[in-house]
Amino acid sequence: MSKDTAAAAAWSIEARGLEKSFGERRALRGIDLQVSRNECLVIFGPNGAGKTTLLKILSTLMKPSAGSVRVDGIDIRDKPVHIRRKISLVSHQTFLYDDLTVFENLKFYGKMYDIVDLEKRIREVVSWVQLESRLHDRVGTLSRGLQQRASMARAVLHNPSILFLDEPEVGLDPRASAMVRDVLGDIDSASRTVVMTTHNLERGLELGDSIAILDRGRVVYEASRRELSAADFREIYDRYTGTGR
Amino acid sequence: MNRAFIKIFVIFWKDLLNEIRTREIIVSVLVFALLVLVIFSFAFGTEVDRKETVAPGILWVALTFGGVIGLNRTFAVEKENSRLEGLMLCPVDRAVIYWGKLAGSFTFMLALAIVITPIFLALFNLPMFLPWLALIIVLATLGFAAVGTLFSALAVNTRARDIMLPILFLPVVVPVIIAAVKATGSVLVGGSWGDMSTWLQIMIVFDIIYMVVATLFFELVVEE
Repeated sequence: MSKDTAAAAAWSIEARGLEKSFGERRALRGIDLQVSRNECLVIFGPNGAGKTTLLKILSTLMKPSAGSVRVDGIDIRDKPVHIRRKISLVSHQTFLYDDLTVFENLKFYGKMYDIVDLEKRIREVVSWVQLESRLHDRVGTLSRGLQQRASMARAVLHNPSILFLDEPEVGLDPRASAMVRDVLGDIDSASRTVVMTTHNLERGLELGDSIAILDRGRVVYEASRRELSAADFREIYDRYTGTGR
Repeated sequence: MNRAFIKIFVIFWKDLLNEIRTREIIVSVLVFALLVLVIFSFAFGTEVDRKETVAPGILWVALTFGGVIGLNRTFAVEKENSRLEGLMLCPVDRAVIYWGKLAGSFTFMLALAIVITPIFLALFNLPMFLPWLALIIVLATLGFAAVGTLFSALAVNTRARDIMLPILFLPVVVPVIIAAVKATGSVLVGGSWGDMSTWLQIMIVFDIIYMVVATLFFELVVEE
């Protein structure tokens, strides 16, 4: 590892001057972001702020129009395949195939990640999300909450050191949302770097070590969670985004 | 390299398993292609004097348009639940995803041809054992699948994807369709190797061009 790479690797994720345009529309306007190892960064922002676009770029799904992203000191443009082994993404979409069983879905993704002793690993992650009894059921027959838990099992199957969570509770009823929250709590306590986007201020504050507010493609506020109370943050959020909660 | 082949097979196997469960592609494509054959056989009659002129066109209309319906589903199934993003997060080169999907498209189109061709030969009272026709079908299907897989990935992100795919796909595969029709006509009249070889060579050249260009452009199509 060169001196530069070693210095940069102090950050788990480091984004510099990220910009993304879709035609005339500028979704990201120069984002600088640093996330330490095993830190949980929660990004808040109204709809259209650029949260999903940012996570797509960080997770190598989309190329930025300008700027750079380093994961563990490595530029994602240089070694995207290598980076993908270290990261995972959970969104409100499950990425699972409805007509395959939970087991078949996990086996498919496990083979794509070259996981050794795959069946044992599948049993571990399925036990973690408490889906053992539904392992051989087709995903399409599961409730939305159970599907999301299966999606989390998929996401941690290859034991990623960085996890991106893009509004994972969207579209879930309160009971399903509570189940997913339990699993998210476990993720938070594990030794992983987590970057999460959410609209849920209370939930985000509960999980995050640090927080950021994104508005119209810019990071307009950053702070450590320790510096804030929930009431203060609600006020700050309203002030920076011009929205009420 | 070996790992890439394994991943291509894993994607192919997943598509095959999904299709066995849903039968979404094969049933609709088969019904459509059979209808085309039956309608044309009634329209032209099966005892036409110049079968070699009419019959190849009928076979390739059925296979091409049936194939378009199947190709439309290739990436539509990945669009639901954002599964394409799940695939793109896997630690593989984008080209591996393309080749995995191509293997699936090629197999489904070949399965269509395997069912449709004997029915076509029977309907038009043509001999059943035509090994050269099998080669023509394999080469043309490979070309269709190579271009169709790329355009399916492109069209899936457009609003009118069902219309967009044939509009993009058909003009590009015209050389292969013409070569397939001409070569099939030559086989049906018992033509010599010399009559066929030019058309076969055209198909081989276009297949290679399609596969190389599609492999290079796939990353651009799925990431932008």
